[in-house]
Amino acid sequence: MASAHGSYYLPNPSPWPIVTSASLFLLALGTVLTINGIKLGPWLMLLGALGIIAMMTSWFGQVIGESESGAYNAQVDRSFRWGMAWFIFSEVMFFAAFFGALFYVRMFAVDWIGSNDILWPNFDPTWPTAGPKGPMPIAPGSIPGPNQFTPMGAWGIPALNTLILLSSGATVTWAHWGLLKDNRAQLITGLFLTVALGISFIGFQAYEYVHAYTELGLTLKTGIYGTTFFMLTGFHGFHVTMGTIMLIVILLRALKGHFRPDHHFGFEAVAWYWHFVDVVWLFLFIFVYWL
Amino acid sequence: MATATAHHDAHPTGITRWLFTTNHKDIGTLYLVFSLFMFFVGGTMALIIRAELFEPGLQITNPHFYNQMLTLHALVMIFGVIMPAFVGFANWQLPMMLGAPDMALPRMNNWSFWILPFAFTLLLSTVFMQDQGGGPAGGWTMYPPLAIQGGIGTDFTILSIHMMGISSVLGAINVIATILNMRAPGMTLMKMPLFVWTWLITAFLLIGAMPVLAGAVTMLLTDRHFGTHFFDAAGGGDPVLFQHVFWFFGHPEVYILILPAFGIISQVIPTFSRKPLFGYNSMVYATASIAFLSHVVWAHHMFTVGMPVAGELFFMYATMLIAVPTGVKIFNWIATMWRGALTFETPMLFAIAFVILFTIGGLSGLMLAIVPADFQYQDTYFVVAHFHYVLVTGAIVAIFAGAYFWLPKWTGHMYNERLGKWHFWLTMIGMNLTFFPMHFLGLAGMQRRVPDYALQFTDFNQWASVGAFIFGFSQLLFVILVIQAVRGGKRATAQVWEGAEGLEWTLSSPPPYHSFATPPVVK
Ligand SMILES: [Cu+2]
Repeated sequence: MASAHGSYYLPNPSPWPIVTSASLFLLALGTVLTINGIKLGPWLMLLGALGIIAMMTSWFGQVIGESESGAYNAQVDRSFRWGMAWFIFSEVMFFAAFFGALFYVRMFAVDWIGSNDILWPNFDPTWPTAGPKGPMPIAPGSIPGPNQFTPMGAWGIPALNTLILLSSGATVTWAHWGLLKDNRAQLITGLFLTVALGISFIGFQAYEYVHAYTELGLTLKTGIYGTTFFMLTGFHGFHVTMGTIMLIVILLRALKGHFRPDHHFGFEAVAWYWHFVDVVWLFLFIFVYWL
Repeated sequence: MATATAHHDAHPTGITRWLFTTNHKDIGTLYLVFSLFMFFVGGTMALIIRAELFEPGLQITNPHFYNQMLTLHALVMIFGVIMPAFVGFANWQLPMMLGAPDMALPRMNNWSFWILPFAFTLLLSTVFMQDQGGGPAGGWTMYPPLAIQGGIGTDFTILSIHMMGISSVLGAINVIATILNMRAPGMTLMKMPLFVWTWLITAFLLIGAMPVLAGAVTMLLTDRHFGTHFFDAAGGGDPVLFQHVFWFFGHPEVYILILPAFGIISQVIPTFSRKPLFGYNSMVYATASIAFLSHVVWAHHMFTVGMPVAGELFFMYATMLIAVPTGVKIFNWIATMWRGALTFETPMLFAIAFVILFTIGGLSGLMLAIVPADFQYQDTYFVVAHFHYVLVTGAIVAIFAGAYFWLPKWTGHMYNERLGKWHFWLTMIGMNLTFFPMHFLGLAGMQRRVPDYALQFTDFNQWASVGAFIFGFSQLLFVILVIQAVRGGKRATAQVWEGAEGLEWTLSSPPPYHSFATPPVVK
């Protein structure tokens, strides 16, 4: 047991933070070298990524061990809660930058390009657009020819995915109720369903991407429409993937008998994160797919 | 977990103490030492710039290298000096001021510091890649399309900014958790020292602003390498979009760099006036209003890029509104000194200098806020004079005030007051000689970010360069003074200053390794 002051748990010195920083450095350096076509790059990225994964298992494993051994009192629990809440807020602001970019181009930039007949004659400034030099959008459902693309419709897979994510929000809440009632079966079933729904969301999203690239002529490079579409849904998809991995960890912990009705910060943190991912998706569905 | 520490003050010795530490004082020291080191790195770059500008024409740098120095100087001073210095103060002071044993999340605390040296290694390594295009040279604001065209140095910069952003957000989360959750019993929010309040609001700004910067540079990176069209009009994007996203971060960032300074000054002035702070409540509300307003003024950096008139008017009036809460603060500090029993130890000298000089910087900001006037000032040395009055004679001076104020508490020794006064006066002469003539240069039309200038600007530039070298070299006195105080000197009492009030002054000097083993009760 590290030194407990009063009752607030103060951890002993730890090697994990600096290992993480060094791994982050390798990952960043590797990324720069890779995108500039330098051979060493991917290896450094791999090394950095492995370092981060090793850190996560060790550092988080240590925290889980401390938590299960009862080292954390209610005040420590509150610190974690504040930490997670503000971390999610920082993520909200990250998405806000990209939504801001989407609103700016849709409301201002595209119109301004269209209003300039000298620079860009005959440009039709209606959304969706890939810009005056990009491929032309065609009606949903039709097959794009060369220099054309089909924008993503809202009522196929995206609507289904909305349904999936909304129900996963319900199942994770149902699991939480189970945990509060100390009904382990309900907890585990609820978590299992949530993980399954998360994985199917990712699956459908991957299918949609392949469809866009191979059949719709819609890629990351398809002007500002492709840019905003793939960057926003891509970062969201990345967050769903992270959230699903977190849910799997929580499910495994639940199977090992972790969490008690009055002490389950880890579960709640992941549930909050999952709801956050859910809400971002609703905004995506409305502003990227639908309107 | 492995070893039980029976004694509270036990910690590993040697290098691992600093690498693995989870102690708020050790981490605070790391932040402060890092900041001081980077102060000299960024300062050297500034002196290269000033040496080049001593005469018109090109003497010692080529324009590309000059632009790199200019860009890196800004990035180093903002992210490597001022921000880490304030986080260092927060680490040392928050637990002591709140009556807590340590920061709320000690391991994360270590992580947020140790990201920084790695991030700056990434950034500064670009200076040694001159054959590959060298460091970032498009200015710290990284505007496209220039930043899109930069070499590999731009990518290094983007990734290092991502790392600095992670560090800042983690640090801010820790500060908020500490302030909201670690206060001693009885310390209500409206009893917190003002330094704590300003840091709470700064942390909120950091978490709101840094992820937006991360988003902006991510867009740059994908535009550079992955074929996106955020900033390319041919694809339906807009280069001005970057400026909006960047300044949505950039203006709150300005307050991130100055609110903790307000906090330090609000601790120092009452102590040496031997009076409680005048208008505590209004100080808290003024800080909160500044933080709120800082989110709706960003386009005042972009008046000349082309914006609807309604937009220019909105951003002009919103910006001028910030002068109101800022004025409240200035008047409160002056009212605190009014009829106080004043003494002028070094921290107080720096604090008074802050009030006067920051006001100059604030007022030139007000001039820049006026749209038609800004059309004239845009991209001239008047802007350079303005933000150096805010950040150097503002933030840096406040950092010195805080350093002298708390140094005896941290080291347990009084610093050399004589040397401190020398440092103060040389700094004052040096920095004003450097930055005041820039107002005139700007009004006369000298462009910023150009290594050459027209002949008629020579006199003022020579004054500025002489001032910069005086300012730069007099900082060595501060290093000597700190080393002396760490090594020894007159023992400091627990209270240190006659008029000092607050929980940190009830602890011994130096304080125990973990500040408050049992929380004190605040009445
Ligand atoms: Cu601003």
